[in-house]
Amino acid sequence: MKMVVVAGTPGSGKTSVLMHAVKGLLRAGHSPALVKIDCMWTEDDLRFKRLKVPVAVGLAKDMCPDHYAIYNFEEMLEWAAAQQADMLLNETAGLCLRCAPYPDKALAICVIDVTTGPNSPLKVGPLLTTADAAVMTKGDLVSQAEREVFRERILEANPGCRIIEANGLSGKGSAELAELMASWPDICGEMVLRHNPPLAICTLCTGELRVSKEHHRGVLRHLDGFMEYTGE
Amino acid sequence: MSQAIMEQNIKPLTLTIQGGVDKDGHPDAVSEIEIARGEIIGIVGPTGSGKSTLIADIEQFAFGDTPSGRRILINSLEPAGELRSDPRKKLVAQLSQNMHFLADMSVEEFLRMHAKSRGKDPGLADKVVALANTLTGEPVNPAFQLTILSGGQSRALMVADIAVISDSPIVLIDEIENAGIKKQEALRLLSGEGKIVVVVTHDPMLALMASRRIVMKNGGMTKVISTNEDEQRVFRDVERLDGWLTSLRETIRQGEVVA
Repeated sequence: MKMVVVAGTPGSGKTSVLMHAVKGLLRAGHSPALVKIDCMWTEDDLRFKRLKVPVAVGLAKDMCPDHYAIYNFEEMLEWAAAQQADMLLNETAGLCLRCAPYPDKALAICVIDVTTGPNSPLKVGPLLTTADAAVMTKGDLVSQAEREVFRERILEANPGCRIIEANGLSGKGSAELAELMASWPDICGEMVLRHNPPLAICTLCTGELRVSKEHHRGVLRHLDGFMEYTGE
Repeated sequence: MSQAIMEQNIKPLTLTIQGGVDKDGHPDAVSEIEIARGEIIGIVGPTGSGKSTLIADIEQFAFGDTPSGRRILINSLEPAGELRSDPRKKLVAQLSQNMHFLADMSVEEFLRMHAKSRGKDPGLADKVVALANTLTGEPVNPAFQLTILSGGQSRALMVADIAVISDSPIVLIDEIENAGIKKQEALRLLSGEGKIVVVVTHDPMLALMASRRIVMKNGGMTKVISTNEDEQRVFRDVERLDGWLTSLRETIRQGEVVA
């Protein structure tokens, strides 16, 4: 079984790019199964179902969606195996940029939207810096020079990563992406995350609603960067 | 894959477009066209006929992986992957229809970064700005944020950037006449010596300046017309007329009265 985790900010084109890549994988004789993780609601499964591949949805609800994905990777893999799939494609919700839900043996793909400007590769953090490949989308909306500057910025953030310029509308880049997915080694043995998730747990995680600082306990970070443990 | 076309300093001699299909899946009537070094070739057709799509196929060196299914060959060979993507090895410079920058950076910072991405000297940034200012009315200052530039200033900067930084043997130009800048001057800067220039245009002068033009319809390449002697005569008339219109435009822009 191969495993691919596709992350990226909301609206960057993860689903569209993935749809085109799935078509390429099917043409090449692969059997991918898809799991879409979202927070509250999603309709992306209906889009994926049109491709006639097994699709499952996971809604994280009260749990952090990336933590939820990580916690459920084993179940996803079991489900994909039961669908006779040879590849699990996991599309994440894509929210806070702090978590990078990438197991070490999976192919980690970060989808990033060129129109967010050349500073965004520096802001994205571990989601980009620990990815194997960065997929640049919406390049048709900017000049060639701007695409090239963006690409340079991605390489500054993650010097070793493979960059694929893709277009979710025309399908540009999807052949290259499908080929990369198909060439990735199968997963085996124990998997470890590439990057540690943010610190937990603070009182907000357990349901505190009051804003004032006096009500909070845990490992807390101040605006000036000072970090402290408050509690018993 | 021949070693020769991997070398950045060896300019390609020919660009071949192998036909694909139109929007309805019918094969291109033009099954293959080869373009040689030094040639300016036009792409014409009504809006929505697939001109920009054809340019995009060339820009990304399509190998049957785009909706048109066309293939692009360099020196009759399929180019290697890195020629498609790595800006340091790129053979293609493209002026798209985009009239604005979205990058939140200063003009100078952006140009230095772009030079770096192409493996060029960042000091070229000053040269780009100076050149851009020969094409546009109100000068661009290197300290300006890119996002405040007007459409004409942005386009002038993109043209100058291509001429100086993205100096590539194949140049693709999409509707330069819409730029609000001196189109003939811009085309001259972009063409350079011995380059392959592909121009999408609705402008009669630019279309007749090309030695051949590909006619697009419904997403397909329907025919190739060579500019004959009669058309070359018409071109000289159009050139005179265009010169007159340009001088009138300048007079009006400068707030003077047309004599």
